[in-house]
Amino acid sequence: MTDMPAEAFPLPRPSATGNLLRHARHVLAGNPVTAFSFLLLLFLVGCALLGPSLVPYDPQASNSMRALQPPSAQHLFGTDQLGRDILSRVVAATRLDLGIAFFSVALVFAVGGLAGVAAGFFGGWTDRIVGRLADTIMAFPLFVLAMGVVAALGNTVTNIVLATAIVNFPLYARIARGEALVRREAGYVQAARLCGNGEMRILLTTILPNILPIMAVQMSLTMGYAILNAAGLSFIGLGVRPPTPEWGIMVAEGASFIVSGEWWVALFPGLALMLAVFCFNLLGDGLRDIVDPQRRT
Amino acid sequence: MLRIALSRLGTAVPSLVGVVIVTFLLTRVLPGDTASYFAGPVASPEAIAQIKAQLGLDQTLPVQFGRYVSDLARGDLGTSLGTGQPVLREIATRLPASAELTLCGLLLAVLVAVPMGILAALRQGSWVDHLCRVLTTAGVSLPVFFTGLLAVYVFYFLLGWAPSPLGRLDAFSSAPPAVTNFYLIDSLLAGDSETFLAALSQLALPALTLALFALAPLARITRASMLAALDSDFIRTARASGLAGRTVVVTYAFRNAMLPVVTTLGMVFSFLLGANVLVEKVFAWPGIGSYAVEALIASDFAPVQGFVLTMAILYIALNLAIDLLYGLIDPRAKAG
Amino acid sequence: MSDIPLLDIRDLSVEFATRRGTVRAVERVDLSIAKGETVAVVGESGSGKSVTSYAVMRILDRAGRIAEGSVTFSGMALRALPESEMRDLRGREISMIFQNPRAALNPIRKVGRQIEDVLRQHGQAGRADARARAIAVLEQVRIARPAERYHAYPYELSGGMCQRIVIALALACRPQLLIADEPTTGLDVTTQKSVMDLVTELTRARGMSTLLITHDLGLAATYCDRVVVMEKGRVVETAGAAEIFRAPSHPYTRRLMRATPRPGAGLRDLLPEGAAPFPPAPAPGAPLLRVEGLVKEYARQETGGFLARLAGRAAPEAPFRAVDGIGFEIRRGESLGLVGESGCGKSTTSMMIMRLLDPTAGRITFDGHDIGSIAARGFATSPLRRRIQMVFQDPTDSLNPRHSAARAISDPIRRLGTLRGAALASRVEELATLVGLPVALLDRFPHQLSGGQKARVGIARAIALDPDLVILDEPTAALDVSVQAVVLNLLHDLKLRLGMSYLFVSHDLNVVRLLCDRVIVMRAGRVEEEGPVAQVLERPAAAYTRELLAAIPHPPA
Repeated sequence: MTDMPAEAFPLPRPSATGNLLRHARHVLAGNPVTAFSFLLLLFLVGCALLGPSLVPYDPQASNSMRALQPPSAQHLFGTDQLGRDILSRVVAATRLDLGIAFFSVALVFAVGGLAGVAAGFFGGWTDRIVGRLADTIMAFPLFVLAMGVVAALGNTVTNIVLATAIVNFPLYARIARGEALVRREAGYVQAARLCGNGEMRILLTTILPNILPIMAVQMSLTMGYAILNAAGLSFIGLGVRPPTPEWGIMVAEGASFIVSGEWWVALFPGLALMLAVFCFNLLGDGLRDIVDPQRRT
Repeated sequence: MLRIALSRLGTAVPSLVGVVIVTFLLTRVLPGDTASYFAGPVASPEAIAQIKAQLGLDQTLPVQFGRYVSDLARGDLGTSLGTGQPVLREIATRLPASAELTLCGLLLAVLVAVPMGILAALRQGSWVDHLCRVLTTAGVSLPVFFTGLLAVYVFYFLLGWAPSPLGRLDAFSSAPPAVTNFYLIDSLLAGDSETFLAALSQLALPALTLALFALAPLARITRASMLAALDSDFIRTARASGLAGRTVVVTYAFRNAMLPVVTTLGMVFSFLLGANVLVEKVFAWPGIGSYAVEALIASDFAPVQGFVLTMAILYIALNLAIDLLYGLIDPRAKAG
Repeated sequence: MSDIPLLDIRDLSVEFATRRGTVRAVERVDLSIAKGETVAVVGESGSGKSVTSYAVMRILDRAGRIAEGSVTFSGMALRALPESEMRDLRGREISMIFQNPRAALNPIRKVGRQIEDVLRQHGQAGRADARARAIAVLEQVRIARPAERYHAYPYELSGGMCQRIVIALALACRPQLLIADEPTTGLDVTTQKSVMDLVTELTRARGMSTLLITHDLGLAATYCDRVVVMEKGRVVETAGAAEIFRAPSHPYTRRLMRATPRPGAGLRDLLPEGAAPFPPAPAPGAPLLRVEGLVKEYARQETGGFLARLAGRAAPEAPFRAVDGIGFEIRRGESLGLVGESGCGKSTTSMMIMRLLDPTAGRITFDGHDIGSIAARGFATSPLRRRIQMVFQDPTDSLNPRHSAARAISDPIRRLGTLRGAALASRVEELATLVGLPVALLDRFPHQLSGGQKARVGIARAIALDPDLVILDEPTAALDVSVQAVVLNLLHDLKLRLGMSYLFVSHDLNVVRLLCDRVIVMRAGRVEEEGPVAQVLERPAAAYTRELLAAIPHPPA
């Protein structure tokens, strides 16, 4: 309702990235939850990179004499049915789960994002083909399609990455297309044409940079989804095979022991799952506040 | 009205075609010899050859596709290796179990999420608002199978409130006479309150698990769209006209806020149908999800293919229903 | 008129809690309205005029609150009133209508039902007679076929009709005071006239008081008894309408009066006294741009869909002609105005001449070259691109939010010109100085610049390569009237100094009168009238032009 003139708030000479960083710092300072999720992310990445070299026990080493021991001083998270240390396995699994998530998201961002932007910006046949493809994928319940793809192609990590990317393609294509469509006729895009920028150049230098922040938000949220997806597939026996440590199969292995009271076998990997997904969701929400404050939820 | 229904049906046709093509391709891209996959891991070379001829795998791809489609049209989804039964019949038998579970979960989720989302929007900053955000974030972060397991541990093992997770009924009860195959409805129709309670107690935990899973996106979208509606110009007009609080919230804001929620239901169903598979595994629920999972473990592919196809067709039908519902609520949708 | 004012605002101050601290939007405002009186509150953006009215109705934003002062209505103190009683007052005794009428109505509820809601809330109708009374209300606001329109949804109605519905809602219970917050902004000038005439007729017939909030001085002069001028949250002057235009006393009011385009005033008359006169204008030269038989067609949306088409039941409809065969000429050094209401095709025409859009038929000749035949997609690389440029309507939308002002201005030079490095930087500074943009602001981003500053950046960008022809698409529509006066003078200055030709697209005849040599009036894709500005605007030949001119409210000369 009130329109304050810009002169009321003089600012020092800013640059584009400097601007963003300053704004980011402002939001992080005012939003301890987002800052916390950032730290958590650093912790998780640390576990993924350095974890396997720092764990107390070999994640694969089994010792049937110490099977199914509850958490103790020597085994902080207890041992599983083969006597393996659960803490070591949980930490070691971080690398695999985060890795799967990272590559799936990178793949779907590259393919889905570009396809969506091209569809939105150029319209015509590009739009129709991308739309058909997205509609066909979306006709399936997504997890069911992932199951189908992994079942057909085989139980490997590559196929889990591929299945997750395929399943998320429509979402990224739709977001990218929507954003490109909105910006295609924006005044500054018309102005760029007047300045002698060709269509391809406008796409790459004007449209894409303006879309990246919103895509970044979605990528963070998809990381969480990808971890859940991989874990879910492993839980039903598709995907990563034992004895590789992965949070999903660890929960599956622990499932049969829950009814008899050995809760630690399934709990700790499950908590790790929750922590990782929670971190990415919080991060995504925080990024959304930085990037587009009007869409706060 | 009929014209709109027909046009929506028209948009579902390309999806159906796409689904059939994809499921066909999925089975044909199986690494290795497709025939041996369908014959099973212990089949002899002669059995494999027989399957190969049977499935027409020696024909060209378009011919194979033609056979596939004509088989589908006749309702032939292949035969399960494990049970020797036609896949279609097994799916038809097990579908009501999944449907009952999913519908109960969804109903529970809607009954909690929508009021909570609305209250959170009306009373920003209150405890309801905070509870809503916590539940939403947690619900989205928790793996559904983990929630199920935790529920079993707490409510069955620790507290003893829930029965052992062994399926739709415990060992002592028997199924009511089949009318809809929904145990809750059938037992009520038969006037059998004991079976009803038994079925309900078995249903409680898995439905609750699914409900928590569906609660998160529903509550989130309800809260967000209610906030957006309350912030809009026409609410300002309503307030400036002196309309009572209840009229403003219910007749004006709520109905408009429900539009995005109905649209989101499609996405929620997608998640639910996937989560259904996981929950059925945790609770040994005899639905089509666990049917597919058991078949997967046994390398029995015909049921898996039938499962994917069935789920997709169901989902398309559900989306169509949601589209029609939306068309009823939003007069602008009729304008095309 | 009685002595006790109907609405009495004393010493009112309103604060908002923002991230940068508390902001005072309204500072010690005194305002009173007598029974049956129409008062205008006039001011530019940021003056606090709307906030004052929101405070009276107590529908301020969550972050806003009344810090001090009193609001008395009909003897009642409104600040202390409990919310339930205030709610009774709203709609029944005090009503409000807003800008953007379509958004002000519930999109999924029939308009008749919305009127019924208000009637029933205030006990003016029961369930049995609500519909009849709602239809009667629709009749009073001159909606044709009210019984049928009762069932309409807002998206089916035009902007003007939506505003009538909003007025119907406001007047349904016969309130004593109507607050109208920029009710005609965004409406065509003829629709504006009919809406304001309706409001005036109804309020006078019922002895109602009206508070009209507007930035348009002409509107205030035509329809109101008294005018209150606000600047930066304060009231600077209050006087009767005739008096304030004849002899304004406060310097801000005087500046505002001067800056308003009015008959008999030239461009320099809009600026504060003492501005240097223009250099003499050269005589127009050879034809620069020629448009012949220009047509733009859009295929209509298919009705019925795929299945209906299969059944052969969807009728093929004739395509929609946005531009239906127009032709004109612009000579070197000349300024041509293109005028019409929304939907007349003027923007489509300018887009085609700019080569951002391809024509369906017709010729566009620029300096001897047939540019109409070069596809829009490929024109960016043509050597002719740099000679035709544009200044856009919305300064915010036309600047890339991630580029600084310097980058925006230098873009055309980088793409189509030859300067680089230090030479480029100094050229950018030269352009900034030329358009009156302080060099220190060149590193700022659009969200850090005011509306006027953004407009200057847009102009600097357009003239960066010394174009021959500049198309100005409503360049001052989004600007405050004082900023508009400065920008219009700047545009004329630049045209003379750089020897450019202008195609000035606008719906505002007063502005066109100031800046253009010749004018074309368009309606429904066709030319209604064409000729020198003085002739068309003083002795119009076409009936439509006469109608347009009659609809413009203007302050007394």
